[in-house]
Amino acid sequence: MDVNAVRKEFPILDQEINGHPLVYLDSSATAQKPLKVIEAVNEYYRFNNSNVHRGVHTLGSRATDQYEGAREKVRRFINAKSTAEVIFNRGTTTGINTIAYSYARNHLTEGDEIVLTQMEHHSNIIPWQQVAKATGASLKYIPLQSDGTATLEDVRNTVTENTKILAIAHVSNVLGTINPIKEMAKIAHDHGAVIVVDGAQGAPHTKVDVQDMDCDFYTFSGHKMCAPTGIGVLYGKRELLEKMEPFEFGGEMIDFVNLYDSTWKELPWKFEGGTPIIAGAIGLGAAIDFLNDVGIEAIEEHEHNLIGYAMERMNTVEDLTIYGPEKRAALVTFNLADVHSHDLSTVLDSEGVAIRAGHHCAQPLMKWLEVVATARASFYLYNNKEDVDRLVDGLLKAKEYFGDVF
Amino acid sequence: MSFNNLDTLYRQVIMDHYKNPRNKGTIDGDAITVEMNNPSCGDRIEVYLSVKDGIVEDVKFDGEGCSISLASASMMTQAIKGKKLTEALKMSEVFSEMMLGKDVDAGEIDLDDIEALHGVSKFPARINCATLAWKALEKSAKEENV
Repeated sequence: MDVNAVRKEFPILDQEINGHPLVYLDSSATAQKPLKVIEAVNEYYRFNNSNVHRGVHTLGSRATDQYEGAREKVRRFINAKSTAEVIFNRGTTTGINTIAYSYARNHLTEGDEIVLTQMEHHSNIIPWQQVAKATGASLKYIPLQSDGTATLEDVRNTVTENTKILAIAHVSNVLGTINPIKEMAKIAHDHGAVIVVDGAQGAPHTKVDVQDMDCDFYTFSGHKMCAPTGIGVLYGKRELLEKMEPFEFGGEMIDFVNLYDSTWKELPWKFEGGTPIIAGAIGLGAAIDFLNDVGIEAIEEHEHNLIGYAMERMNTVEDLTIYGPEKRAALVTFNLADVHSHDLSTVLDSEGVAIRAGHHCAQPLMKWLEVVATARASFYLYNNKEDVDRLVDGLLKAKEYFGDVF
Repeated sequence: MSFNNLDTLYRQVIMDHYKNPRNKGTIDGDAITVEMNNPSCGDRIEVYLSVKDGIVEDVKFDGEGCSISLASASMMTQAIKGKKLTEALKMSEVFSEMMLGKDVDAGEIDLDDIEALHGVSKFPARINCATLAWKALEKSAKEENV
């Protein structure tokens, strides 16, 4: 993979921040967008904008073809059996809430268990807390090892015959832990439970094959994989989705409407009430084309090399605490001595380096780490070794700047 | 290597309050206690306010956060202790305007160390850090029914 050629596709990277060339290390929060995506959205609004699945006119057909074409691109990207299993929505949070409302609330009762880990993002905790309150089911957490991994043995010890749902992140947004979804899915299935995978940090960075992993639900956000904000995907096995009632009711998702009752469209449209996120879906299609052109395996290899270099360089910085396992995705969460991550982030920003600071929507995990907040640098296909060097230089400057204080 | 830009934010007096916080701790007894979080970053400040005959008899703060939020809390307690609660709230208003980058007319109010936080207005992402303790003060004043 030629990272310099890739960087040229991202116009936003070509600018100065506070007098320094921008180094963007916050892709786990949201990724930057390549020209191809920006142009696809632009072209749709300039030439093809129309509502889908209704107008008989030419623009309506173009919009519908592009929207459904994007669905087929997603299907291939995650290797789903059918486009009926690919639901467009607003993102990972909406995906998990759809499962919580339409599946869990109707299938769980008192005595049932929902199993999570303490590394989950808030969006994979709170919907389940609400399900537990509504149904009387209980929440159980798989304990974490000191390096922030969950062992299969601990999964086996936590999942029981009463477990109905195992909800877990493909990749932790804080620790970078990569969970063995295929093996975890097998444990869930052996106990008659379904597995719900939060793929927000997985799909953008690694090959996802929902059939090979045998996951029941897999949900992710477009904006973390170079697509516009506001578009996401919920994958679900057809037999499960068929059994589920829609999450939102209204236009677009109906078959026949009578005064006192109505019937729903078939999959996937019964879960897409209202005018869908057409431009977003088309943008996601373009993002998938872009990622495929570069090659998801090539991206994975590039990120692997980059995080290896980052760990090597960062390990030389004194008083830097790094959290998470050795084998990790392309992100690193850390604290520098007693400098609060906000202060650290402000210093790095003054050097043109954008990182994330705070609790990363993972307050239970912050408690487990026994920290108030952390800093996080996350990498994507457009980052290079120079970005890592600039980060390390920034850290050393922050040390110097706060050196007298802390 | 120059840090001029940063120095407008991290003034020496701020770092002094951060390192040596004034009025840090808790008040036992019938003080009003208010806890405020900054949900986007996890900063947490508790303010303890003891008011008698409209005067802030004692005020303390506790919590965890960045240098700006903790220094601001320390300065806030120093500034309002012994003052009328109404005056403390006026100070809070003036502080909010200062964070919006407005030229503030504090009138007879002596802003003292708080003036040093003026530079925060140039760092929009950090304004919520600086206002956290003041928001807690306003909330506790409401409980005092002023």
